[in-house]
Amino acid sequence: MQLVGKIVTGIGVVFLFSGGLGIFRLPDVYNRLQAGTKCTTLGAFFTIVGVGIMEPAWFLKTLLIALFILLTNPISNHALGRASCKSGVPLCDKSIVDKTKEFEECHREEKE
Amino acid sequence: MSEIIFLTIIGIAILLCFLRMIKGPTAPDRAVAVDTVSTITTALLVLLGFVFKRYVYLDVSLVYAVLTFIGSVAIARFLERGI
Repeated sequence: MQLVGKIVTGIGVVFLFSGGLGIFRLPDVYNRLQAGTKCTTLGAFFTIVGVGIMEPAWFLKTLLIALFILLTNPISNHALGRASCKSGVPLCDKSIVDKTKEFEECHREEKE
Repeated sequence: MSEIIFLTIIGIAILLCFLRMIKGPTAPDRAVAVDTVSTITTALLVLLGFVFKRYVYLDVSLVYAVLTFIGSVAIARFLERGI
């Protein structure tokens, strides 16, 4: 049981590290948001559940914390991404497609 | 032994997020970095509770997760349309 818990926690810690590296390295707010959401949610889930496996008396409470993170972290990061799009942060130079701009143009044509 | 390695790797991740928080050109960059640091800290608190064998750290972690969720949504609302 100890070994399984350590392996699961190690997987989670590696995901957390890749999330931090993505926050530091990627060129754009939206790319950074993607790294900061996906890697961190999965990494925190695996780390907390791994601690619960290593210490079986704590399993229910760790599962509660992990499920709470799994529910709320995408919501708050989506709100941040929407806010940065609304406040006009530009995309990086290598970006190819911008769906929100296309959507706004279609919407404007429909109104006219 | 393995706990020390885990804590060191998490510390390096938090340090990288802090560098982005210092460097970041716009305000949403810094908000994203703070949000990532808060999620990493939630996992770090549970791991610290396992290292020190204290059950209280789980309560601290749960309350921290709730508070950072509310804080991130408030920051996003402020960036979108002001107070």
